Amino acid sequence: MLDKKEALSLYQKLVLVRLAEETIREEYFKDEMKTPVHLGIGAEAISVGVCHCLPSGTKTFGTYRNHALYLAVTGDTDGFFAELYGRLSGPGKGKAGSMHLCAPEHGLMATSAVVGTTIPLAVGAALANAYRKTSDVVTVFFGDGAVEEGAFWESLNFASLKRLPVLFVCEDNGLAIHAHARERRGFRSIPDAVRAFECHLGAGDGSDIVDVVQSTRAMLGQMSQEPKPGFLHFTYFRFLEHVGPREDFDAGYREKPSPQELERLDPVRRLERELLRRGVAPSALETIRAEASAKVRRGAEEAQKAPFAPPAELTTDVWT
Amino acid sequence: MDVKSLMTFREALNLALVREMEEDPSVFVFGLDVADHKRIFGSTQNLVEKFGTERCFGTPLSEDAMTGVALGAAISGLRPVHVHIRADFLLLAMNQIGNMMSNLRYMSGGKLTIPLVLRAVIGRGWGQSAQHSKSLHGIFAHFPGLKVVVPTTPQDAYGLLRASIRDDNPVIFLEHRWLYDISGEVDENEAAALGQAAVRREGDAVTLVCTSWMNVEALKAAEILSRRGVEVEIVDVRTVTPLDEETIVSSVNRTRHCVVADYDWIFCGFGAELAAVIGQGCFGRLKRPVERLGFAPAPCPTTRPLENLFYPSAPTIIRAVEKLLGLAETDLRGESFYSYEQRFKGPF
Repeated sequence: MLDKKEALSLYQKLVLVRLAEETIREEYFKDEMKTPVHLGIGAEAISVGVCHCLPSGTKTFGTYRNHALYLAVTGDTDGFFAELYGRLSGPGKGKAGSMHLCAPEHGLMATSAVVGTTIPLAVGAALANAYRKTSDVVTVFFGDGAVEEGAFWESLNFASLKRLPVLFVCEDNGLAIHAHARERRGFRSIPDAVRAFECHLGAGDGSDIVDVVQSTRAMLGQMSQEPKPGFLHFTYFRFLEHVGPREDFDAGYREKPSPQELERLDPVRRLERELLRRGVAPSALETIRAEASAKVRRGAEEAQKAPFAPPAELTTDVWT
Repeated sequence: MDVKSLMTFREALNLALVREMEEDPSVFVFGLDVADHKRIFGSTQNLVEKFGTERCFGTPLSEDAMTGVALGAAISGLRPVHVHIRADFLLLAMNQIGNMMSNLRYMSGGKLTIPLVLRAVIGRGWGQSAQHSKSLHGIFAHFPGLKVVVPTTPQDAYGLLRASIRDDNPVIFLEHRWLYDISGEVDENEAAALGQAAVRREGDAVTLVCTSWMNVEALKAAEILSRRGVEVEIVDVRTVTPLDEETIVSSVNRTRHCVVADYDWIFCGFGAELAAVIGQGCFGRLKRPVERLGFAPAPCPTTRPLENLFYPSAPTIIRAVEKLLGLAETDLRGESFYSYEQRFKGPF
């Protein structure tokens, strides 16, 4: 079990991500945020929980659904909104947008809009660690759709062959855009398929941040005891459409869960209930939410006042 | 200390790798076959013995992911040299090359640097057919963010490979298979820089702008044309990106005639880019439109008589020059042209 202080710190990070994405949902229709947004509402606990267990500065890699990862690693709502609004003060000077957020100075090396493409990069970063005789773990997040890409199996094979210190984190929402796993998989389950490789295997409930943290700590322990890659499989529920700010339960490709089920699948509500059960005062949670909300609001407002990149930036940073 | 010596192109590549690995512990060499008994036609000879299996190792048959591994290692501060025995296999890695490697610096706001080299063997061998014969430099050069190098001489194999390894950008380094056996003097102290073309031969009649093996064919053509008083100038492009437009344009402005002899397909190829650069830079000076030579518009056939027609060569260069200058065709009977059998045997 996590102690109350740690649980509260996780709540702080979760709420920051959630409120940032709720702000995107409110602002997006104004058409000022000119970048495709893949919101991770329902997925926050995986990035936040895993990164919480990693030493600061750990190299991480992610996908286009990267808002939680970026904010978990950096806490930088100002840069986050600046990038989404296409401003020079964003981490990619506005040239990267939502799908390619990165912060190498914090270890977040790259995220990518082409499924599976950062997985081998993480293995390369782990190879660099091994080359320098460190056992620092590199972590890569990807969805269940990435498991259908050749690059995933090639990467898992090479990492297992070389016993590289890389943690593969599969964020499984059962959907690849709108295609269900049953329409895409010729194998029984992802963990079953991965089990054939020389790597540690773990799984957890990605909607429950306590479970995410415990599973991650157990995995990191195994990886340090016996140097091999780790593979963590977390299920979660994608609350919104694949890309964009809306719900899409009326689109016909999936059922809307019951209200009770939605409560269970919401990592923020779930941790809230747990904290209240443990005697945390509702006002304490309210304070955390208010602080996060102010930070998010400031980030979004300042970003809209910030300058765009000057024309010379168009061809800057193409080569060194 | 005298550091000039006669060596083959393959020995020059090997020496460049050895020198860079000696001087910089972050340089490592990996790829299929780099550590087997054949060592990529000898170019990775002795690396594993000298530097160990951590700095020279083979990989699974996973071109896509291994290219991503090189990229991940490069943004982590190492200097990988990833080797492919044929450039055709790089098409399996195009996702990493065109979606990741060329973009990451830009998308990171300039925070990431990507010091990596992809070495690949191009072109002709022993009836290599359609999947072991391509060059692809135009395709790679199309992507901003990549550099593309096509060395011809042993000196350039040595100097440009060292410069490529030291470059902080991703470099695709393409080595023609037949050049491996070419010998030349290599000065170890001569520094090379990417982005500089070389005038291989001076002349006043026509400029031949050549890539890779076409320089060898052009020299042969020049020798034959010289006997009838036609002196051609040969410009070896050396690096496709960055392209030394100035050397090319100033040569054509002098000779006022140009044949572009590229080692790739003509349609939408690098030869078209060269012709456009020359058209813009030399419009008023050109006496005739730029002639373009390249691969025939077909996949590369295996059978020798058709393969000989597929690739441009000294005879096709001679005919193009004659056409450009309005000269009668030289009698080429009795001339000796490069053929495999003089230097190169199968199987690969």
